[in-house]
Amino acid sequence: MSEHLTIGFLPLVDACLPILAAEHGFAAEEGLELSFVRDVSWATVLDRLLYGHSDAAHMLAPLAIATTLGRARPAQALAAPFVLGLNGNAITLAPGLAQAVGAPDGRLGDPLAIGQALATVAAARVAAGRKLRFGVVHRYSSHNYMLRYWLAACGIRPDVDVEIATVAPPFVADALESGEIDGTCVGEPWNSVAVERGAGRIVLATAQIWRRGVEKVLALREARLEERRDAVEALIRAMRKAGAHFVDPANWQANAAVLADARYLGGSPELILRAISDRLVLAHGTAPIHYADFMFQYREAANFPWVSQAEWLYSQMARWDHTPFNADEAAKAARVTRPDVYRSALAGTGDLLPGASSKVEGSLGQKTAVSAQQGTMVLEQNSFFDGRTFDPDDLPGYLASLPG
Amino acid sequence: MRIAIVDESASRASVIREGLAQLDDCELFVLTQRHGLLATIEDIAPDVVLIDLGNPSRDVLEEYFAVSRALSRPIAMFVDRSDEEAIGASIDAGVSAYVVDGLAASRIRPVLDLAVRRFGAFARLQADLDEAKGKLAERDLVDRAKRLLMKSRGLSEPDAYAELRRKAMQSSRRIADIAEAVVTAHDLMKGDE
Repeated sequence: MSEHLTIGFLPLVDACLPILAAEHGFAAEEGLELSFVRDVSWATVLDRLLYGHSDAAHMLAPLAIATTLGRARPAQALAAPFVLGLNGNAITLAPGLAQAVGAPDGRLGDPLAIGQALATVAAARVAAGRKLRFGVVHRYSSHNYMLRYWLAACGIRPDVDVEIATVAPPFVADALESGEIDGTCVGEPWNSVAVERGAGRIVLATAQIWRRGVEKVLALREARLEERRDAVEALIRAMRKAGAHFVDPANWQANAAVLADARYLGGSPELILRAISDRLVLAHGTAPIHYADFMFQYREAANFPWVSQAEWLYSQMARWDHTPFNADEAAKAARVTRPDVYRSALAGTGDLLPGASSKVEGSLGQKTAVSAQQGTMVLEQNSFFDGRTFDPDDLPGYLASLPG
Repeated sequence: MRIAIVDESASRASVIREGLAQLDDCELFVLTQRHGLLATIEDIAPDVVLIDLGNPSRDVLEEYFAVSRALSRPIAMFVDRSDEEAIGASIDAGVSAYVVDGLAASRIRPVLDLAVRRFGAFARLQADLDEAKGKLAERDLVDRAKRLLMKSRGLSEPDAYAELRRKAMQSSRRIADIAEAVVTAHDLMKGDE
C-alpha cells in the first residue's frame, strides 16, 4: 500500500527534487504518492506546514531555524532531514549600477572588486540622502545572509550604509525597473527574468560568496517527522534518485520542461534551463556564460544536512537580528538539521554518507578526501570569498571576529 | 477598531467588507493595490489586518510588522496561542490575520469568525461559478460530438444524441465523457490539421 505525503513549495527552480521524484516515478518506486501545494509567499508555505495542510515543505533554511527559535512567531520545532540544494542564487544589479561598479562583460565579477566599488557608490548615495536599496526574498533567507555577509566583508554596513528590504521574487524585475530597488539577491528564474526585461544584470553568483552555501531544506514539524518517519525516509531515497537524474545533462531539457509546467513553476523552460545547466545570460542580449556549480543539488552528498550549516545560519541570525549569542538557542538551531534521519534513510543503498555530521565550513581550499561511513569521499573546494572559516565549536569567537 | 482588508481580488474584498460591516464600532479599509501597500497601511494604522493566504505581499507585510516602529506594531495572530482552533479555521478558509499587540481576544474573535465565514461564502460562490462554466464547456463538447456523428455517419441530430446516450448507458459513463472521447478520437485521426 502506498503512503501519501503532501509537499508545500514556492515556484522556484530549487523545488525541483521532490517534483522530479514524483514526475519520474522515483517516489512510486519507494511506495510513495506525492501531492503538491504551490503558494506565492513563504508565510503561507509555513502556515500550511504548521497547520497541517502539508506534511513537508520546500523551505528557506534560515526560516526553518527562525521558526524553531520563535523569531517573529511562537516557537514550533521544525526538522530538516534533507538539504534541497546549495546556492543557486545570484546578485543582480540595475544596469546603471552594474556599470558603475565595473561589472565585467561576459563573466561574473570578482566579489571583492565589485564590493569595494559598491562601497564607494553606497557612500555617495548616503551623502546624497538616497541610500542604495536591495531586495531580498525574506528576512530569514540565505539570500539575505549571503548578501549581508558579502556587503559587510567589503566594508558596507547593512542597515546603515544601505537598506535591505523584502521583495517577493515575482516582483523583483518590476522593482528594479521602477527604481524601487537598486539590486537584489534572489533565486532562479527571477534573476534571468530581470535580465530578459533589461531591468537588471547578474554580477555575482552566491556560490562565489560561499562556494557551498546551504539554501533550501525539506522541512517538517518535528512531531510530523516522527509520525511519518518511514514515508520521510522513502522520500529522501526518492529525492536522491531525482538528484542523479537532475544533474545528468541528458535530462536537462526534459526536466526544464517538467518544471515549467503550470502546476509547478509555470514559467519559461528556456529560462529554467539556464539555472539547471549552469549557463547564465548575465546581461540582456549577450551570450550565456558557464559557471560551474551555480546550483548544487547532488554531488558530494550535497543533500546531507550538516549540523554546522544550521549553526552558521544561527550565527548570521544572531548577527543581523542583533541578538546576543545564546548557547541554548544555538543548540536548538543545531538540532533542526537531522543527519540521523538522512543516514538512516540511505543506509545500505550504497549512497555516500559522510563520516562526520559537522565540519569547519569554508575550510577547504581545494579537493580534499574525507572519511565516509564506508571508505572515503572527496569534497571539492568549499570556501568563503573573504577567506574566513567557520568553526562550529567556537561560535562566540566567530561572531566576535566578524565585521559588524 | 480599524480593520484593513488586503486582497488583490476586489470582488472578494468587497464580500469580506460587506460581512464585517455588520460589526459595531469598526472602520473598514480595503486595499487591493500591491503598489504602495506599506505606506497605505502606515497611514491607516489599523488594529487588525486581514490578508488572503494567496497574497504574494504576505512576506513583505510580515517583515514590515516585525521591524517597523512607525506602527503601533501589529503582530501575527499566531502569537496568541490561546485560540489555536480559530487560527486553524482561518488558515483552512484561506485568510490570515495580524492583530495589534494587546488587543483583547474577545474583540478579535468576532472579526475573525466573520472573515472566515465570508471567505467560505466567497469560495462557494467561486465553486458555483466554476461548475456553471464547466457545464457550459460540457454542452459545447456534446454539440461537437453530435455534429461529428451527423457528418460521419449521416445521422439526424436526435439520432446522434441518442447514440451518445446509448453508449454512455452501456458503459455507465457520463454523456459528456463519451462526447469527449468522440472529439478526442476525431482530433487524433485527423492529425495536425
